[in-house]
Amino acid sequence: MGLAKRIIPCLDVDDGRVVKGVKFVDIRDAGDPVEIARRYDQEGADEITFLDITASHHNRDTTVHMVEAVAEQVFIPLTVGGGIRTVENIRTLLCAGADKVGINTAAVTNPEFVREASGTVGNQCIVVAIDAKRVNAPDAPPRWDIFTHGGRKDTGIDALEWAKKMEAYGAGEILLTSMDRDGTREGFDLELTRAMSDAVGIPVIASGGVGTLQHLVDGVTEGGADAVLAASIFHFQEYTIGEAKQHMQQNGIEVRL
Amino acid sequence: MQTVAIVDFSFGNLRSVHNALHNLAGPDVDIRIATEPSVIEQADRVVFPGQGAARHCMLALRQKGLADVVLRAARDRPFLGICMGMQVLMEYSEENDGVDCLGLFSGKVRAFAPHVERGSGFKIPHMGWSRIEQISHPLWENIPDRSRFYFVHSYYTTPRDEKTIAGRTDYVLPFASVIAKDRVFAMQSHPEKSGEYGLTLLRNFLHWDGQC
Repeated sequence: MGLAKRIIPCLDVDDGRVVKGVKFVDIRDAGDPVEIARRYDQEGADEITFLDITASHHNRDTTVHMVEAVAEQVFIPLTVGGGIRTVENIRTLLCAGADKVGINTAAVTNPEFVREASGTVGNQCIVVAIDAKRVNAPDAPPRWDIFTHGGRKDTGIDALEWAKKMEAYGAGEILLTSMDRDGTREGFDLELTRAMSDAVGIPVIASGGVGTLQHLVDGVTEGGADAVLAASIFHFQEYTIGEAKQHMQQNGIEVRL
Repeated sequence: MQTVAIVDFSFGNLRSVHNALHNLAGPDVDIRIATEPSVIEQADRVVFPGQGAARHCMLALRQKGLADVVLRAARDRPFLGICMGMQVLMEYSEENDGVDCLGLFSGKVRAFAPHVERGSGFKIPHMGWSRIEQISHPLWENIPDRSRFYFVHSYYTTPRDEKTIAGRTDYVLPFASVIAKDRVFAMQSHPEKSGEYGLTLLRNFLHWDGQC
């Protein structure tokens, strides 16, 4: 169809520094977001996502400065998520050079926020992040609920219905993380990914569980994802993004090489 | 000293356009984000980016008194339209129940949505990296034909005059992803977010004499 499936490395950021072990052999400062982003750009990343895990208000300013620094040198799309609660937060990040923002908890707390945000800055800037966990009994039809607070709190909201609502409210994209798979390296929850991709007409980014290159392929071919997001397999240089793309292409997936 | 004005009329990521041009331009180039008509009038080159909804963009252009200034600039100086800055150069957009646009190019802006069936695999917005099939133009210099650029849009341009098409992309249907005439070159994709080839295109624009 001409559109390349995207590979998106994700970086956790605290106080303007990349945390959670990026271990490239040939970079000087593993915490420097500019150096890491430039490296991923050179490897062929299609976008870069920063997840801001900063707790304090003061340190959020540091995140804005970080976005400014990265956007001065890296010319591919940048997404920033984590702790975004107001349209003013969004404006600040977009003005700093972010292209999209990820909204998670604030959307669950106040769905109208998504409508307000997309109405102000446009659907294309708004990524609604969904943390979903399987809640059905083993013999019952599949159902995934939205969880907040890092997967500890069940909101009781059906993830697929929620995504359709967010699409109607102006989300431009869904970032779908399986809380069952996140950190397991067992691969995406493909049934969830496929159900989500079929449920909405906006692009779906699959996230949570990537441990091998084949998992990336499965996310697209079986899960129907438009983009795949991963962290650890790229951070530790098990695989470069170029290798991931080669593998996807060998499996018949259109990628940007 | 030459000046490049980036027209600020909508809410968008102008900083990335500015950053990219700033990285490419030498010290003798002054790059300004311009909300004032006078800055645009005096610039040697004009970049016209844009994001958001058509109605809002056209309203902002008229309220800020920029519509005529932009049209004049497009007639006599190298002029680069990006994304919504391409779409509003057409006569009319279907977005927001129909919006009259600047009319520098004849033809309309149409929605992808009526052409897309659920389950077809096509998602709207068209978001990501698609190929552009080039039609000869100086701004394509040093960019391989069918290189991928980064797109984000839900509406596409249908110029009436085939001769104004400078690039084609296939998503949902084949559409004119780049249009050009005289000193105007306008593209749906974002060169400032399209990596190496996007930067090459912007560099070409900074050196373009406006001739085809």
